[in-house]
Amino acid sequence: MKSMEFEKYRIEAENICVDYNGKVALYDATLRLKAGQICGLVGMNGAGKTTFFNALTGFVNLSKGKIRINGETLKTSQKDQAVAYVPQNEGIDADFPVNVWDIVMMGRYGSMNIFRSPRESDIQAVKNAIERVDLFDYSFTPIGNLSGGQRKRTFLARAIAQRASILLLDEPFAGVDIRTEKLISELFIQFKNEGKTILLSTHDMIHVREFCDLVLLINKTVVAYGDTSEVFTPENITSTFGGMSPDFLFGPES
Amino acid sequence: MDGSFLTIDINSFITEPIAHEFMRKAILISTLITSVCGLLSSFLTLKGWALMGDAVSHAVMPGVVVAYAIGVPLSIGAFVFGVGSVALIGFIKHKSRIKEDTVIGLVFTGFFALGIVLISKITSDIDLMHILYGTPLGIPLSDVKQTIFISLLVVLLLSIFRKDLMLYCFDPRHAKTIGINVSFLHYLLLTCLSLAAVVGLQAVGIVLVVAMLITPGATAYLLTDKFDELSIISVLSSIISSLIGIYLSYWLDIAPGGSIVLVQTFIFLFAFLFAPRYGIFKVKQLLSSSK
Repeated sequence: MKSMEFEKYRIEAENICVDYNGKVALYDATLRLKAGQICGLVGMNGAGKTTFFNALTGFVNLSKGKIRINGETLKTSQKDQAVAYVPQNEGIDADFPVNVWDIVMMGRYGSMNIFRSPRESDIQAVKNAIERVDLFDYSFTPIGNLSGGQRKRTFLARAIAQRASILLLDEPFAGVDIRTEKLISELFIQFKNEGKTILLSTHDMIHVREFCDLVLLINKTVVAYGDTSEVFTPENITSTFGGMSPDFLFGPES
Repeated sequence: MDGSFLTIDINSFITEPIAHEFMRKAILISTLITSVCGLLSSFLTLKGWALMGDAVSHAVMPGVVVAYAIGVPLSIGAFVFGVGSVALIGFIKHKSRIKEDTVIGLVFTGFFALGIVLISKITSDIDLMHILYGTPLGIPLSDVKQTIFISLLVVLLLSIFRKDLMLYCFDPRHAKTIGINVSFLHYLLLTCLSLAAVVGLQAVGIVLVVAMLITPGATAYLLTDKFDELSIISVLSSIISSLIGIYLSYWLDIAPGGSIVLVQTFIFLFAFLFAPRYGIFKVKQLLSSSK
């Protein structure tokens, strides 16, 4: 009975708690997402957005609660390459000696042999992924020479090459050019049609209304969760941001 | 010869030292050890583990003394204390509010002091100066075999897990997300570091092994944007430094360990000034041309 219920969800996080050395970062957070759903993760800095991502990727251990990905344990889902994480631009070492091709190839590592030597199919997957994000001419450009938008697209291509069914995107629209923004939103629609599930954190309220079927408002725990049209109300947003309006908090940049 | 220093031709400059067996051994061993350290250096640079390299190479000292006293291979003692020191650093950092660089400094000086005390108390057979400054010209044969074995082991491990280690340095979260065992890679790199520290210690001593683990990687980092080239340049500059350093030490009668590292430092300075893209003169050119 239970496993059939699981199968309906791509992501199922139940009452998860995470603490770092006794400091609670996230508690009693529950989230269920199905195939083809796009969910916005909204909260202040330090509200637990990154922790939530870390929990879903297995980068931190839960102190309580349970996570199921495609009905499987985290360990199994990692082996299946089910989840892809697209980092914030700030989280990337731009001086690292790798180019676009190298990074996108990293998406294939999980299904390669121990030496990570690419097969023909891996090379093809990387090529296709780079084409899909419109970076073919930059395939062998070092990451340090890319613009913010191109960097973001590189990591999106890595997620595509990985063939993950779940994409976790940390601030996908922060610091990108208009062209990249348009390309990302087109990709989102394609991903949705392919049945991929997307969880994205954002500071930009307009993007939430534009793309997200669902929204998860958090402040150390879930403040509100549900359909964007119902949940994304000024009252909920204000209480998520500790009584201040998001415009005040993030200023003109958002 | 006629005692005429100026007429020494390049041929005898190169061949005379290698006529001596101890010099051939010194050249072979030093070059092997510096290459291993150079290869490891390319990973440490990317991981930001320079200070960790410093710490581990000092922390292995009590291990070396204890191993000597109880008669087990020095590498085992070094390994236990090298990895142990890092575990301790991790533990203290985790359980206290002290920042990482402070914890590193605190732990490795403590271990190092323990090593000095042990040497003075347990055994008078080990010369502290040898451990500190190395004896590339007088490594005993048993150590030569051990050095070759450990060096090859480190090269093998780094080669097999090259790409995983690169990914671990670049984006450990992605590595974890796709099911790669990140803590295994962490300890693998540490193990290689401890092993390199103990072989490097014999050639140039604890003080200078740190330089061999840091400088070649830093030099290469200024010269390339490709990971493969980074490792190759790092190893090449290590080999060149080792050869030039040993020869200089023979002809000028200077300490070989110090001279190898000094050559490495000069190569770094050269890259720092003249690297095609990241040298300071290049940067100036770009700035003035953009005005």
